[in-house]
Amino acid sequence: MTSHPASNWSAQARQMLLAMASLLALVLVFSLLKPEAFMTTDNLIGVLQSTTVIGVLAIASTFVIVTGGIDLSVGVLMTFCAVTGGVVMAEWRAPLWLGVPATIGTGALCGALSGLAITRLRVPPFIATLGMMMLLKGLSLIITRTKPIYFSDVEGFDQIALGSWIETWLPSLPLPNGVLIFAAVAVISAVVLRKTVLGRYALAIGSNEEAVRLSGVNVSRWKVLIYGFAGGICGVAGLLIASRLNSAQPALGQGYELDAIAAVVIGGTSLSGGVGSLLGTVIGAFIMSVLINGLRILSVAQEWQMVLTGAIIILAVYTDKLRRQQD
Amino acid sequence: MNPLNHWRGALAALSLAGLAGLSQAQEIYIPIISKGFQHQFWQAVKSGADQAAKDLKVRVSFEGPETEQQVDKQLDMLSAALAKKPRAIGLAALDSKAAIPLLRRAQQAGIPVIAFDSGVDSDIPLTTAQTDSKAAAALAADKMAEKIGGAGQVAVIGHDQTSTTGTGRRDGFVERIKSRYPNIQVVDVQYGGGDHLKSAEIAKTLVQAHPQLKGIFGTNEGSAIGAGRGIREAKKTGVVIIGFDSGKAQKDMIRDGTIAGAITQNPVGIGYRTVEAAVKAIKGEKLPKIIDTGFYYYDKSNMGDPKIAAVLYD
Repeated sequence: MTSHPASNWSAQARQMLLAMASLLALVLVFSLLKPEAFMTTDNLIGVLQSTTVIGVLAIASTFVIVTGGIDLSVGVLMTFCAVTGGVVMAEWRAPLWLGVPATIGTGALCGALSGLAITRLRVPPFIATLGMMMLLKGLSLIITRTKPIYFSDVEGFDQIALGSWIETWLPSLPLPNGVLIFAAVAVISAVVLRKTVLGRYALAIGSNEEAVRLSGVNVSRWKVLIYGFAGGICGVAGLLIASRLNSAQPALGQGYELDAIAAVVIGGTSLSGGVGSLLGTVIGAFIMSVLINGLRILSVAQEWQMVLTGAIIILAVYTDKLRRQQD
Repeated sequence: MNPLNHWRGALAALSLAGLAGLSQAQEIYIPIISKGFQHQFWQAVKSGADQAAKDLKVRVSFEGPETEQQVDKQLDMLSAALAKKPRAIGLAALDSKAAIPLLRRAQQAGIPVIAFDSGVDSDIPLTTAQTDSKAAAALAADKMAEKIGGAGQVAVIGHDQTSTTGTGRRDGFVERIKSRYPNIQVVDVQYGGGDHLKSAEIAKTLVQAHPQLKGIFGTNEGSAIGAGRGIREAKKTGVVIIGFDSGKAQKDMIRDGTIAGAITQNPVGIGYRTVEAAVKAIKGEKLPKIIDTGFYYYDKSNMGDPKIAAVLYD
């Protein structure tokens, strides 16, 4: 963020408009090509549902990426949180009001541990979180003895993602709770990133870490807090996926960090840090899920779905770079 | 009335592509959601489904997540497939409990569901196209009896004692020996979890404990390879090993004679029968609860046979 605040705001606003326009263009194309399948309530809710987990992980990743760091462990951390939740709620039979904070707390704790490895042990974020990813994957498999933990007996657990609180008020809009939770996480995170010290420092550290340090801020402590906050959000993703599958699947999650990072960069957040927007990340996550869903609806062969997704990620980041050079 | 329907209607009226979509609606479309798509086994299932689609003049699509752990991605695929309002759907569920809400949606929409590869823990699927594990293992027992001359001691190295394939293959083998070959005794059944190393250790201890042992049946790829390796390490000769499935290591051991032969499932047949059953379901024909998709015995002599080679994978 080298430009001064006013022009910066307009650049961000234009970036949002472009991202939003791309998303709308995708929606329009698919609706024109296959309206009877794409533009149905069931399918659109399916798209929202499929965006929740990656979207929440992408929000977590945004906080780390704006500091100039990277977190490769988000997908596996989500699974580890789901497994912890499974042990606490399904095996120890703890109630939801205890199990939910325990799940999120596990995420925050693991995130903070990554932060400690990065700041105290001076391991680069890429390596520290890669190590964390392997370590947590192993632990998830050990704890579950490689078998899924089912939440069938945990009353109300499946309602977290699959229930629809809105439907009881507005029967024509069966929006799953998971989507509402995703929206809430997005709004709260946007406020944290823009309006709180944690968010401001995250952006400032990514922009110029040395300057922040020289101005007397304890950068290490704030980094630990930022990674911890991101970890807590991964805990929410853990709850969402466990609730949707009604089980904690110990071997799931690897590779999800890459989908999350793709959503973040499509949303215009720079991998070199300092610039980022959560609205962009959310739009990025939707671009990915709408694209995949639309290609499926059009029955495009799976191999080509991958080719097209990859090409679109590169194109999205390229146009973003072009625009930045003009500013 | 749902507001989305208005929008959808307006768009459909505007779009030529929408009209093209309507004309396509005559053709029967059946999406197949598999457990995977990159592995040779699933590619073989896909080729069977494609063949059936050609023979029966329907259109199929074949999708599966990148790994067999990505349960949520499979649900997204199933959800998108349902949105296309297909006439029927084929599903090899990664986690049958997680798929139930979507299967209920299929049921409410009147879309018949055909399970394949492994059963779904629900009565929504009309049928399941899968290998009859017991019958396949019974064929292994017949081959074993033939190779050891109808008499002597044999043992089983199983891959697990809980899954339906694990118990089915074990019981199919043991029951056939008991009922048809009174001079053969199954002296031991041990489980190696399908792990090469563990199964090799088991094979070594088996020949130690039973010096007269004439044969070992390994119930999956890892068990068979482990048995071969164990016997080789123990420098024991004259023990007949019958394996299951294929894979490069097992095929190599069959070529060099360490393993006498193996049973292979018929992934091509699984794909073919799934589509065939879906078409029957659309026509309202009655389907059996299980469709046996067949299996073959193969050894050095017939591995190159096109029919066999097509169902073996590396």
